Amino acid sequence: MALFRDEYPAEARIIRLALASSFTALGIGALFGLLQALNRTGVLPLISPTDYYTALTAHGVLLALIFTIFFLVAVFTWAVVRSLERGLPDLRLAKLAYGLMVIGTVTTTVTILGGFVPEIPMSADVLYTMYAPMQAHPGFYGGLALFLIGTWVAGFDWFRAWWGWRNDNPDERIPLQTFMVLTTTLMWYIGTIGLAIEVLVFLLPWSLGIWESINPLLTRTLFWYFGHMVVYFWLLPAYLLWYTVMPKLAGGRLFSDPLARVVFVLFLLLSTPVGVHHQYLDPGIAEGFKFIAMTNTMFLLLPSLLTAFTVVASIEHGARQRGGTGYLGWLGALPWRKPAFTGMALAGILFAAGGFSGMINAGMNINYLVHNTIWIPGHFHLTVGTAVALTFMAGTYWLLPQLTGREIFSERLGLTQVVLWFVGMTFMSNAMHRAGLAGIPRRTADPTYTGFVFETPLGAISELRAQIALGGTLLFVSAMLFLLIVILSWMDRGQPAATHDPLPAPLSGAEHSPPILDNLKLWTGIAVALVILAYTLPFVAIVSDGGLLGDGIRASAQIIGPLLGVGP
Amino acid sequence: MDIHRYERLWLAGALVLIVLFIGTITYGAVVVGVEMVSASGGTIAPDEIPNDDRFSDPRVEQVGENEYEAYVIARQFLFQPRQLRVPEGSTVTFYVTSPDVLHGFEVVGTNANMMVIPGQVTKATVEFEEAGSYGVVCNEYCGAGHHTMEGSIEVVPQSEWEGGN
Repeated sequence: MALFRDEYPAEARIIRLALASSFTALGIGALFGLLQALNRTGVLPLISPTDYYTALTAHGVLLALIFTIFFLVAVFTWAVVRSLERGLPDLRLAKLAYGLMVIGTVTTTVTILGGFVPEIPMSADVLYTMYAPMQAHPGFYGGLALFLIGTWVAGFDWFRAWWGWRNDNPDERIPLQTFMVLTTTLMWYIGTIGLAIEVLVFLLPWSLGIWESINPLLTRTLFWYFGHMVVYFWLLPAYLLWYTVMPKLAGGRLFSDPLARVVFVLFLLLSTPVGVHHQYLDPGIAEGFKFIAMTNTMFLLLPSLLTAFTVVASIEHGARQRGGTGYLGWLGALPWRKPAFTGMALAGILFAAGGFSGMINAGMNINYLVHNTIWIPGHFHLTVGTAVALTFMAGTYWLLPQLTGREIFSERLGLTQVVLWFVGMTFMSNAMHRAGLAGIPRRTADPTYTGFVFETPLGAISELRAQIALGGTLLFVSAMLFLLIVILSWMDRGQPAATHDPLPAPLSGAEHSPPILDNLKLWTGIAVALVILAYTLPFVAIVSDGGLLGDGIRASAQIIGPLLGVGP
Repeated sequence: MDIHRYERLWLAGALVLIVLFIGTITYGAVVVGVEMVSASGGTIAPDEIPNDDRFSDPRVEQVGENEYEAYVIARQFLFQPRQLRVPEGSTVTFYVTSPDVLHGFEVVGTNANMMVIPGQVTKATVEFEEAGSYGVVCNEYCGAGHHTMEGSIEVVPQSEWEGGN
């Protein structure tokens, strides 16, 4: 079978551009991550506290939004074109989407980085959660809005490709990868309504001086309406790779296509009406709404638990095809020397650990113990920082040759890179979890205080700091190694790529599942209904208590930083 | 729909686990009585804070035998009052608000933890069973001086308690 880039050269070019943007964000974001790890542990404080928060904002935005979503656009475009076996209907739309995302990224990033230079009257030290009434430069919000609109256009393009295919294939089941893309995109449309209203109706006009006041609880709730769904927008491209590429890498086939569809439908239904679980400790939201969010969140464990089964079963099938035997002996038959496989498998292992700490976070009243402590970033560096990021890097080792026509420069180096990420993250995240239990807060330039010291029941605080600094350093080295491998492979340093086998069909195919699973209108309708049920009353209460625009709550500009803020 | 037997077992196990989790949380809420911070603290406009009986003079006040109320303002980058004194074994209901941006109020080493949002009053009741000095940190980013924002709660042994602050 011909390489993707030979069959669809124009699409391959757009995908390569999106990957290049994604990896640029990864490189810059990783550098800020290193600075933070060295700074807040006191190991090597290179930046001032003010600059720490600028770096933290850049780290969050560039890695959580830009790196992940550009990569998603690349993988989803590849998956739609590959699984429908047809090019995009009109490339201008894909180019428009990409262009909007790039302009938005540059605008937002420039306003954030302006925070490093006091002479430039531009900054956005508001972190990625941008809680009002902290106020950023309008360019920060405007850039995010353009980026968001770009992703909507990209999603529309995938739907157009599918409509075209549907006209020619009226009776066929939606190919699995396209099904995953479409359900994830529908989830994105429903969930980004919150961010769009927050930014376009409130934050952007407010930063331009059109609104004088703001309701911080309302904008915060709108953010989290979006903010939990987005974690599945990061995760589902990784799931797509786990379900459709990893079984092939292991030498087998996907265990069950029907269950994969069920999992993606569950994410479409449940990933938005849970956002209030980020606000368990907020005033102004009644306990009953928090309880509803908690039960929805717990049910959201189901698709991930099902995924654990299907992925492990598929890999085991592959191992047995390769001659593996025994209860656990088959593990030895897996292709552990392939960085694409090993990276995804290690990502899966740390995701299980992240899942456990996530269950603690979801536990409404248990959450008191960990809320806003460094336990929380410990948790999400296992999920988005490993399950997602490491799977993306591993997936790149498999996908890139099909897009560039060149093999990966060195698989051995790739293997070193993914193992380094695993080791670095194990150091960093276990120490962050434990430090969180000692009460050390997150998002803090220097967590040492004058009136008291933190005490940890296990080990010593100094040991935890050392582990965070060491882990952060290893992660940075791994990220740089990844970029080096990608650049060398891209620059004609790799061998010409061999032709690729097609992805194998699942053991249990779509024909074993009821056609209703493919009824996207039905699932979208139910998803919208669940959102309305979960969110109408909280929003009505928040607006009737605090008003649409707040009551005399004025902006706290993060534009000149420390000069403005100090003092009562 | 065709589901493998092992997968059906796994699915059933996953559902049992989820129901158990929800059960544990419900037990904590209903039987143990861990209340969530809720809308019960009401709202207050930042401009009203200086004229409000509770917050014009931030303090701890005795309201019953062993029952106290603490009125606290969290602002960039300090807590008012910076130090609270209560006797060992007391039950303290906190009322916390902010005149500027979001803050956190975390009693270090305990599960007393709450968000403070301008326009809202956060209300939470905490039992202080062990005497000692507890640190309080702001655990929500609030600006360039966020990491300097701290306070303390002195839980005084009953034998040494003379009342007042």
